Amino acid sequence: MPKITGAVEIDRDRCKGCDLCVVACPCSVLALETHDVNNRGYHYAADVNPEACIGCAACATVCPDGCITVYRVVEK
Amino acid sequence: MTPEQIKKPENVVAQRPALLNDNTMHYCPGCSHGVVHKLVAEVIEEMGAEHIAIGVAPVGCAVMAYNYIDVDWIEAAHGRAPAVATAVKRLNPSRLVFTYQGDGDLAAIGTAETIHAANRGENIAIIFINNGIYGMTGGQMAPTTLEGMVTATTPYGRRVDLNGHHLNISPLLAQLEGTCYVTRQSVHTAAAVRKAKKAIRQAFENSMKGLGTSVVEIVSTCSSGWKLTPAKANDWMVEHMFEAYPVGDIKNTTTQKS
Ligand SMILES: Cc1ncc(C[n+]2csc(CCOP(=O)(O)OP(=O)(O)O)c2C)c(N)n1
Ligand code: SF4
Ligand code: SF4
Ligand code: SF4
Repeated sequence: MPKITGAVEIDRDRCKGCDLCVVACPCSVLALETHDVNNRGYHYAADVNPEACIGCAACATVCPDGCITVYRVVEK
Repeated sequence: MTPEQIKKPENVVAQRPALLNDNTMHYCPGCSHGVVHKLVAEVIEEMGAEHIAIGVAPVGCAVMAYNYIDVDWIEAAHGRAPAVATAVKRLNPSRLVFTYQGDGDLAAIGTAETIHAANRGENIAIIFINNGIYGMTGGQMAPTTLEGMVTATTPYGRRVDLNGHHLNISPLLAQLEGTCYVTRQSVHTAAAVRKAKKAIRQAFENSMKGLGTSVVEIVSTCSSGWKLTPAKANDWMVEHMFEAYPVGDIKNTTTQKS
């Protein structure tokens, strides 16, 4: 069976920590930082569980600020 | 494969559209305006309409849309976007002309312009962000505010005997001969966002084909005005707004079905 693997890159300083990507991710890849903040003081989103990403792009689709780039590869 | 091996340009499946520029949008965290801006940028890009698109921005939180989507824009007086768009499209029929308006703009101060532009069947697309409140000015009641909904000017909830009923304007516009496509969408899940994008695409195409006025209402959240987190605002919207404003096509006289 081909294996689908994904990865995300989040524009940290564009992120407003709204949490919508975290809620949208079906694989619990994302979480808001609990301590660190970005240049405007938001607890930004990060891929805390990157191996679980399937590259479905749900996070990027719901992100109101266009912060997320999603990559996907299909390994045969 | 490690995430670093996957992160190559050829593997990109989603990213910010190029037309949505580097400026950080002033919207509150989680605001539906951001998602819809992204969709408008994506659709214009996919249609290759960067150089023919002219947006008409409202008064409301989206007043500075021109700072974010890199196409030509005109800023209209409060509620007058459909009147301005009428002139722009009549003088430049080859352009893709759309308005982008909130519910206070479109369904309160601009009701007359909205209804008459739609009734004349102007070949414009109207993107209508219905968050049930005046966002920009601090969360006052709008005509679209739900019965019982708490706002800055209805601290005990909207009362029908005092404030009247919520105004459900899209079905009214659908009754007019001039509209060819009236649809209601939302952007709270990835699936909903994809459907909303299709609707915006169809509205823009209708405008270019000269089929009449298209209206895409997006049932939206205003987490600041509603005093909820963005995720809770989405839940509240599903629970309460969708009952008054059910999503789906209201009218489609074109052959293209969504
Ligand atoms: C002629 C005029 N009247 C009133 C105002 C004040 N005003 C600014 S924005 C706004 C309402 C905006 O609400 P809405 O259209 O729902 O957009 P949102 O901010 O929620 O996106 C009002 C009444 C104004 N700027 N100009
Ligand atoms: S692409 Fe899908 S699986 Fe990966 S982080 Fe985004 S929502 Fe989660
Ligand atoms: S949806 Fe976008 S802005 Fe919101 S937390 Fe995620 S990356 Fe940040
Ligand atoms: S006040 Fe409401 S509509 Fe305006 S930017 Fe904030 S959340 Fe969005």
